[in-house]
Amino acid sequence: MKALVWCGPYKVKVENVPEPKILNKRDAIVRITSTAICGSDLHLVDGFVPFMKPGDILGHEPMGIVEEVGPDVDQGKVKVGDRVVVPFPIACGQCFFCRRELYSCCDNTNPRAYLGQEMLGHATAGIFGYSWLTGGFAGGQAQFLRVPLADVNCQVMPEEIRDMPDEKLLFLSDIYPTGFMAIEHCNVQPDDTVAIWGCGPVGQFAIRSAMLLNAGRVIAIDDGRRVPERLQMARDAGAITIDHRRESVYDRLLDLTGGIGPDVCVDAVGMEAHGSTPLETAYDKVKTMTLMETERPAVIRQVINCCRKGGTVSIPGVYGGMSDKIPMGALMNKGLTIKTGQTHVHKYVPRLLDYVRQGKIDPSFVVTHRIPLSDAPRAYNIFREKQEGCIKVVLDPAA
Amino acid sequence: MTLTEQRGTPTRLGTDTVGSMGQGNAGAMQAQQQQSYENVGLIERLVSVAAGAVLASFGLGRRSIPGLLAAGMGGMMVYRGATGHCPMYGAMGLDTAHEQGERTAEDEIAEHGIHIEQSFLINRSAEELYQFWRNFENLPKFLTHIDRIEVQGDRRSHWVARLSRLAGGNIEWDAEITRDEPNSLIAWRSLSGSDIDTVGEVRFSNAMGDRGTKMHVVMNFVPPASAVAGMFPTLFNKATRRMMRTDLGRFKALMEVGEILTLDGQPRGTCTGHGTRYHED
Repeated sequence: MKALVWCGPYKVKVENVPEPKILNKRDAIVRITSTAICGSDLHLVDGFVPFMKPGDILGHEPMGIVEEVGPDVDQGKVKVGDRVVVPFPIACGQCFFCRRELYSCCDNTNPRAYLGQEMLGHATAGIFGYSWLTGGFAGGQAQFLRVPLADVNCQVMPEEIRDMPDEKLLFLSDIYPTGFMAIEHCNVQPDDTVAIWGCGPVGQFAIRSAMLLNAGRVIAIDDGRRVPERLQMARDAGAITIDHRRESVYDRLLDLTGGIGPDVCVDAVGMEAHGSTPLETAYDKVKTMTLMETERPAVIRQVINCCRKGGTVSIPGVYGGMSDKIPMGALMNKGLTIKTGQTHVHKYVPRLLDYVRQGKIDPSFVVTHRIPLSDAPRAYNIFREKQEGCIKVVLDPAA
Repeated sequence: MTLTEQRGTPTRLGTDTVGSMGQGNAGAMQAQQQQSYENVGLIERLVSVAAGAVLASFGLGRRSIPGLLAAGMGGMMVYRGATGHCPMYGAMGLDTAHEQGERTAEDEIAEHGIHIEQSFLINRSAEELYQFWRNFENLPKFLTHIDRIEVQGDRRSHWVARLSRLAGGNIEWDAEITRDEPNSLIAWRSLSGSDIDTVGEVRFSNAMGDRGTKMHVVMNFVPPASAVAGMFPTLFNKATRRMMRTDLGRFKALMEVGEILTLDGQPRGTCTGHGTRYHED
């Protein structure tokens, strides 16, 4: 089968690899019908996440049709022929964390848990196609995917929506629940202002989720020269936008909130932020190049600085290692609450699927590019460089 | 066969010390000193001479400062091979020349041992966990490097471990259960004369609230080829701790989920155009 393989920083390639087999008794093999490129794939491809090895198959936003199930799969939950969305974290459904719906913290699905333990204190759940830190599982930018513990991890789409196009359902695997959780766990009130840094796909879903959860006002922040189309998409959803190239984010946010700052501030950018001043950009670039820091945390610094006293900072953007110069003084003295985490996708799928079926949202709004899997390296390039107004790429594994 | 019949008297931790060896008259003392001068084993001596000669001739051929250093190192290796005495081993207190005689597992552990202590929360009853663990033939299901365990009666078992050639190849030992408290504690140790000296225990207790059972594992052991390990104690200790943590995590997964997820056989790229299957080593 064809699969997208990581071959070193900024180097990916489509390769013929053996098709996956049932390896555990509760595995399923899913024939992928649609699969997407995630912003966090760029962190991996660009070499920002340690523990990538050349030859790793990427991809963690897949859906498809179940082709085969192992002998111990609970067939009352998933069977051959089912149309399924596969959440990016792999959960067991039994451990301390899964029983508390903290699925991305599952304790039983990461075969390289010691890496997480040594890097982070505790390991995360296994994640498809997302480095050896999260288990080393082959990813879903491929024609077939092996899904462990299939009766927990395959989210079966009901027969009645057989005709609904993949693009409306695909993002239940990651970015829709990720944008949603970023708002949902902040307990947003009707008179709250929610500010969202980064208008990429997760930011776009966060904007729409904040609207859906009745935030008083949503403000979206991005670079109007580099990605004007993303700010436009945010405006289309009803957000007020701030172009950080043209205006001071801090001044504008305070102006909009009577001087107190936004109640909820969302960092939907993560570890590869471009600095707000050339000096800051240069500082983080030098530090990352000399391995004195593993990421460029420009956005989280600004988020903490702008958030109102006693407000909530939400971080759906991905960080992987050690950030430098995080304003702990502001965090502590302003009494901020931090909400973050890899998304507990399984928890949100039923609720968000209902929203899609009720027509409250059509997640396909975010798709700008449909590209054959065989052309995936070009797709990565377009997505990274934000060429052709690219916001979200869906790959077609059959083409 | 009981432990006493097997070999000598059972000993208690800390009572027999290393110093009890080699006491007696002056002749014995001298023999002891003679022995302690030779601290490199025969095979290691042969390898040392051969490798040292190669390194020395390579180094001398280079006519450079690194070459000179290599030649010096080669010369030193020839010396320790020829005389059987390694000053570095001497300084580090290592000895690969002598069998450890009648010393007990506890002696070895006290001197070169690795101590590992870890806790896990497992969403199963203490009774279930105890029952599974009490049948030692179940343990290879989650202990990566244990090939098989044969239960020989109520308390005795024979263990076969599969280790890399570097770590000394396959090793075997007999163990006995020293304490057995149904649904709460199992303690075991290797019998003297084994390839490995080990003492361990697993304890199960109810966790707070609905958190299932807390498993607490203590393991002490001296790895085979303890001298090799002794040269990199930190590294070896870390690798062992990592291995044990992983294996106990596998036990937890087996109990909670019913299977341990494997990557063995999954597809993988090579970046050469044709992929392959991944295999765990």
